[in-house]
Amino acid sequence: MALLSFERKYRVRGGTLIGGDLFDFWVGPFYVGFFGVTTIFFATLGTALIIYGAAIGPTWNVWLISINPPDASYGLGLAPLKEGGIWQLVTICAIGAFGSWALRQVEISRKLGIGLHVPFAFSFAIGAYVTLVVIRPVLLGSWANGFPYGIFSHLDWVSNTGYQYLNFHYNPAHMIAITFFFTTCFALALHGSLILSATNPGKNEVVKQPEHEDQFFREMIAYSIGTLGIHRLGLFLALAAVFFSAVTMIISGPVWTLGWPEWWDWWLDLPIWAASSGAAT
Amino acid sequence: MSTYQNIFTQVQVRGPFEEGLALPRDYKSPPSGAFFSRLLGKLGNAQVGPLHLGISGVASLMCGFVAIEIIGLNMWASVGWDPIEFVRQLPWLALEPPPPEQGLNIMPPLAEGGWWLMAGFFLTAAIILWWVRTYNRAKALGLGTHVAWAFASAIWLYLVLGFIRPIMMGSWSEAVPFGIFPHLDWTNSFSLTYGNLFYNPFHALSIAFLYGSALLFAMHGATVLAISRYGGEREIEQITDRGTAFERGALFWRWTMGFNATAESIHRWAWWFAVLCTLTGGIGILLTGTAVNNWYDWAVAHHFAPGLETSATYVGTPLPLPDLPPPVAPAVPDPGVLQPVVPDPAAILAPDGAVPAPIEGATPTAPPNGSAPSQP
Repeated sequence: MALLSFERKYRVRGGTLIGGDLFDFWVGPFYVGFFGVTTIFFATLGTALIIYGAAIGPTWNVWLISINPPDASYGLGLAPLKEGGIWQLVTICAIGAFGSWALRQVEISRKLGIGLHVPFAFSFAIGAYVTLVVIRPVLLGSWANGFPYGIFSHLDWVSNTGYQYLNFHYNPAHMIAITFFFTTCFALALHGSLILSATNPGKNEVVKQPEHEDQFFREMIAYSIGTLGIHRLGLFLALAAVFFSAVTMIISGPVWTLGWPEWWDWWLDLPIWAASSGAAT
Repeated sequence: MSTYQNIFTQVQVRGPFEEGLALPRDYKSPPSGAFFSRLLGKLGNAQVGPLHLGISGVASLMCGFVAIEIIGLNMWASVGWDPIEFVRQLPWLALEPPPPEQGLNIMPPLAEGGWWLMAGFFLTAAIILWWVRTYNRAKALGLGTHVAWAFASAIWLYLVLGFIRPIMMGSWSEAVPFGIFPHLDWTNSFSLTYGNLFYNPFHALSIAFLYGSALLFAMHGATVLAISRYGGEREIEQITDRGTAFERGALFWRWTMGFNATAESIHRWAWWFAVLCTLTGGIGILLTGTAVNNWYDWAVAHHFAPGLETSATYVGTPLPLPDLPPPVAPAVPDPGVLQPVVPDPAAILAPDGAVPAPIEGATPTAPPNGSAPSQP
């Protein structure tokens, strides 16, 4: 058994949301639970469908295998299996597997007596995925607006969707999302560095304390957010990045159909510029 | 039923200022201003300061000030010193690098990139002086220099974009302009010119590490908050003497995904993901135009983009023409109304894998409504 030295005393019954003790067991390091079973079901079925789609597709090149959504002519209806139906079933399986995974995280959190922050955070990722493959296609009236499931085909979709709006970098929500992504990466570098620098201070140095960490950042930038605060900040930054990524896509098409550079005309046309000679042109 | 999940600090305990440690070396920070902020105390520490500005800190701020002045005054001059137009057009204004005919000339006329070179010099000096500061402050406190070396990875990407790649390409004109929308235009046309950067494997790695960083910080931040009821935020203690907090945190991930980090190793994952984001990004930029002229062609040659023989059944297309009209242009666009896009089949389902050509003049530089810089 893959049991850590301290693990046995934590492996206790209880904490399940559904199913009572029926699925309350482990397989190797994995906790199962009712939602482990549903995760396995959806993940296996979805993977099998993807392999089936690859088998009837043009290539076995793993970079090029692509499970494509239905043609726009099917609207929001069901498509035949070989014409986008696989994509629709895979989408259902994916949402089922992701949702099961989140609920399994809730059960594990309850079992360990810890907070529910991780499943809460994961729900943002699920929300972003559902936004891309369900909410936005529904708002646009066709499953064809979902993205294809393939390594480089989904990049092509990102590229094409972006250029439909001429220059996607001008999408204001895209700007905010990218800023949060970069800031998250930056903050993660600082947090990882600070902990490693305190616990790996080099030869002939003793391990340092949070007082040293605080003093380093106070001296650098006049503020140290502290040991608890950095984890609140990091979680917020990461979730804001995901949230604004979803906003980025939900406004592209359902709300705004022109090029994103044109969106900024409102700024140039604000009445507050009236005193300027340039605004009259 | 509802439980306090430690999202913010409910009761702030406030003692005297932490004035700083008696340092092992002769670097004692001069006591400068410090104060408490109740608002900051909701999220993290309430104490602000004391700041330590050494020689490198002061010099860095001065260089940064000079760089921003050069950029801002050039932008202001470009609208004829009209203060209202400066604010109005600020997002579109640029300080452009030298034109191609100046090559790598380090003394071009001021109006032809000379100011850009000067601003770049002072900005680079500010950044490197700030790096010296991250190194020295860590050494003064007897800490490792991990912050400095992570920062160096970001400086690498910055130098590739504005210095190393332009030199390898033989022209400063290859560098990024200063300006909000202009640098976005540069990014857009850079990808178009070199055959779609999504096919650049190092670009893919960089994005994977960027998203991976967000994933790791969400996982780590959420885990530590979830175990904070057991003191999980005291990470140094948990590293040197593991307690029930990180035992629970580790078991959460072990039971969820069959694998767990430790209190220390999660920070090594974090450090490497963040550092590799800019490290691989810099490699990807450096190879573009120097080693590889068209990433789509390169991807076809290396069998990860559809060539002509497979593309007939392949949904993706490397690049639609960027000057196509928008898919559906309603006569009176109303941003407040949900307007479904009927995707243009020509833009999405183009069957041929035509090699994208560099797009001429894909960079809009004037404000969209064509207002020219006004004369006073």
